[in-house]
Amino acid sequence: MPVMTYREALKSAMVAEMERDESVVMLGEDIGIYGGTHLITDGLFERFGPKRIIDTPIAEGGFTGAAIGMAMAGLRPIVEMMTWNFSFLAADQIIQNAAKLRYFSGGQVTVPLVIRGPNGGGVQLSAQHTHSLEGFYGHFPGLKVVSPVTPHDVKGMMLTAIRDPNPVIFLEAGALYGTKGEVPEGDFAVPFGEARVAREGRDISLIAYGRQVNMVLKIADKLAAEEGVEAEVIDLRSIRPFDEGTILESVRKTNRAVVVQEQWRYYSVASEVAALIQEQAFDHLDAPVERVSGEEVPAPYARNLEVAAFPSEQQILDAAHRALYRKV
Amino acid sequence: MATTQRAGKKQRQTEQDGLTAVAEALGFDEETLRGLYRKMVLIRLFEDAAQRTFRQGKIGGYLHVYSGQEAVATGFLAAFQEGDRAITAYRDHAHALLLGSDPKAVMAELFGRGTGLVKGKGGSMHLFDVANGLWGGYGIVGGHIPLGVGMAYAERYWGSDAVVQLYLGDGAIHNAAYHEAANLAGLWGRDGLNPTLFILENNQYGMGTSVERATAMTDLAAKFDSYAIEHEKVDGMDLVAVLACAQRVTERVRETGKPYAVEALTYRLVAHGAGDFFEKYRTKEEVRTWRERDPIGLFEQKLLAAGVADEQGLGAIRDEAKQIVDEAVRFADESPEPPLEELHTDVYADAE
Ligand SMILES: Cc1ncc(C[n+]2csc(CCOP(=O)(O)OP(=O)(O)O)c2C)c(N)n1
Ligand SMILES: [Mg+2]
Repeated sequence: MPVMTYREALKSAMVAEMERDESVVMLGEDIGIYGGTHLITDGLFERFGPKRIIDTPIAEGGFTGAAIGMAMAGLRPIVEMMTWNFSFLAADQIIQNAAKLRYFSGGQVTVPLVIRGPNGGGVQLSAQHTHSLEGFYGHFPGLKVVSPVTPHDVKGMMLTAIRDPNPVIFLEAGALYGTKGEVPEGDFAVPFGEARVAREGRDISLIAYGRQVNMVLKIADKLAAEEGVEAEVIDLRSIRPFDEGTILESVRKTNRAVVVQEQWRYYSVASEVAALIQEQAFDHLDAPVERVSGEEVPAPYARNLEVAAFPSEQQILDAAHRALYRKV
Repeated sequence: MATTQRAGKKQRQTEQDGLTAVAEALGFDEETLRGLYRKMVLIRLFEDAAQRTFRQGKIGGYLHVYSGQEAVATGFLAAFQEGDRAITAYRDHAHALLLGSDPKAVMAELFGRGTGLVKGKGGSMHLFDVANGLWGGYGIVGGHIPLGVGMAYAERYWGSDAVVQLYLGDGAIHNAAYHEAANLAGLWGRDGLNPTLFILENNQYGMGTSVERATAMTDLAAKFDSYAIEHEKVDGMDLVAVLACAQRVTERVRETGKPYAVEALTYRLVAHGAGDFFEKYRTKEEVRTWRERDPIGLFEQKLLAAGVADEQGLGAIRDEAKQIVDEAVRFADESPEPPLEELHTDVYADAE
């Protein structure tokens, strides 16, 4: 199987769909002549021209709203948020229009739209440029929200996103654009609403999404090697629709769960996972569900503070030990 | 230091007149003029050092430097009085240095150290020095514009005659925050309740997007017409022109309590961010042409022509500035990281 970077895999899905479907267009800041600030769209302007690769001024509310209008009129726009931090300027359009148009038009309108860009922190961009928005966008009915972490999934889920007749919030693991993985050739859409079992195990379920999945996988290997504990790792990857089945099945088997996320704990994805488990797998639990989240502060700049603001290996390990009733 | 040796004799003569006339009108003595040169040189060397240490991995995140635009903030902040306020976006190092922040504390902030201007919590994009009149340092394009307008209202509400210097980029003028806030400024200014001085730093690009590729109406100053805010343009590479303009318009805003806008035509001589290596959006030729009008070289020529300084004197000023910057880097390097307890402080203010 070919090996490619997350960046290449993501781009290959968009190129394939643009080749296949004339209604697909792209909008965003510096995606054309500049090549994209994260080089996701490098070369596409030359390939598809200015009518399909639309460079915009810094006007997130305007161009995201216009993309919704394009979608209402038969196009399939892909909007690049240079980073998701700027989507707050477009949040009114996303939440008030994209998410609800289908509903309040009584089913007359479709909005086949993808909004994509890097999400999450870890590179010292400090308070205004560091957010993990899974919980935020996941809150709104009418949106689909995904968060792929492997090159394989970013391609497969982008294919699904572009073909979906609904607005899709596509949260990329910005810190992982350069990471490599196996990606099948050709057309393999990864359906939404299915979590991925990234590692099988019987003793404890470690549940994460985004770049924390890789961290959790490392910890699972460590637990196996040093303590003989076989952890199951679940990569949620689809935030809405939410795959309840895979989580419940895993916890019914392992009887213990730790949920890890970069975002803040209050009103978050981990809260949702923990609530689901206690509602539907209460009798299977041998320990309270643990949550490991970002610290309840805006993201700091200084390296040491930023590291301390996000879940660490030690915190996850400690949480696993608590759930396993092992000495910490 | 890039210079403008190519400037013709005739041009130099007019510029010399310009310098002398402007300095006289502003009451600037020779020492003050040399001081302004020193400030611009300090900014340039500071930014060079920041980019260098960024490449060495000592500065993280984003780093946007001011090289090429020195004359704008140097000129406008020369008209800044105690009690005035300045607010800008993320290209903010120069503003801090000019307002009197300690270069050591500014560099330490870029290094993410506990001795930094905001304790290492904000980094390059979020410089604040409230005691000296710097109200940030913002990372979201356009997001600070309404704040400046609101501060201006508050000043007049309390009866002060302070002016708010509100810096914004050419890229920031196409979003809602600008249009909504400019409208408010015009509206409140009608009643003398909005002493905002909009300083639009048109450095020709918002990242890789030129002004012409961002709007069909490229006269950016004229955009203020929509909100009944009077405006003018100034050559932002020419410190003397900026000084003259800044004094005049600042006084006017102070007297009337009405907003005013100046579009400073300037140029970013380096990449948008220190981590950007591609400049596909502009030609080397274009950069070279602008470099001939490097604001520091231009001012140097004027000082020499007017006999305010000689080569040796300018050299001494540059050496002095270099020492300050070296010392700032050393200080930042040797400073400790912020204590971990700082992670949880400053989230909320305590009740008084
Ligand atoms: C709302 C928002 N969108 C996008 C960005 C990313 N971004 C950072 S700087 C910049 C260009 C801004 O250009 P301009 O206002 O002209 O200022 P300059 O960088 O030229 O000083 C962009 C697009 C941002 N910070 N905020
Ligand atoms: Mg600009």
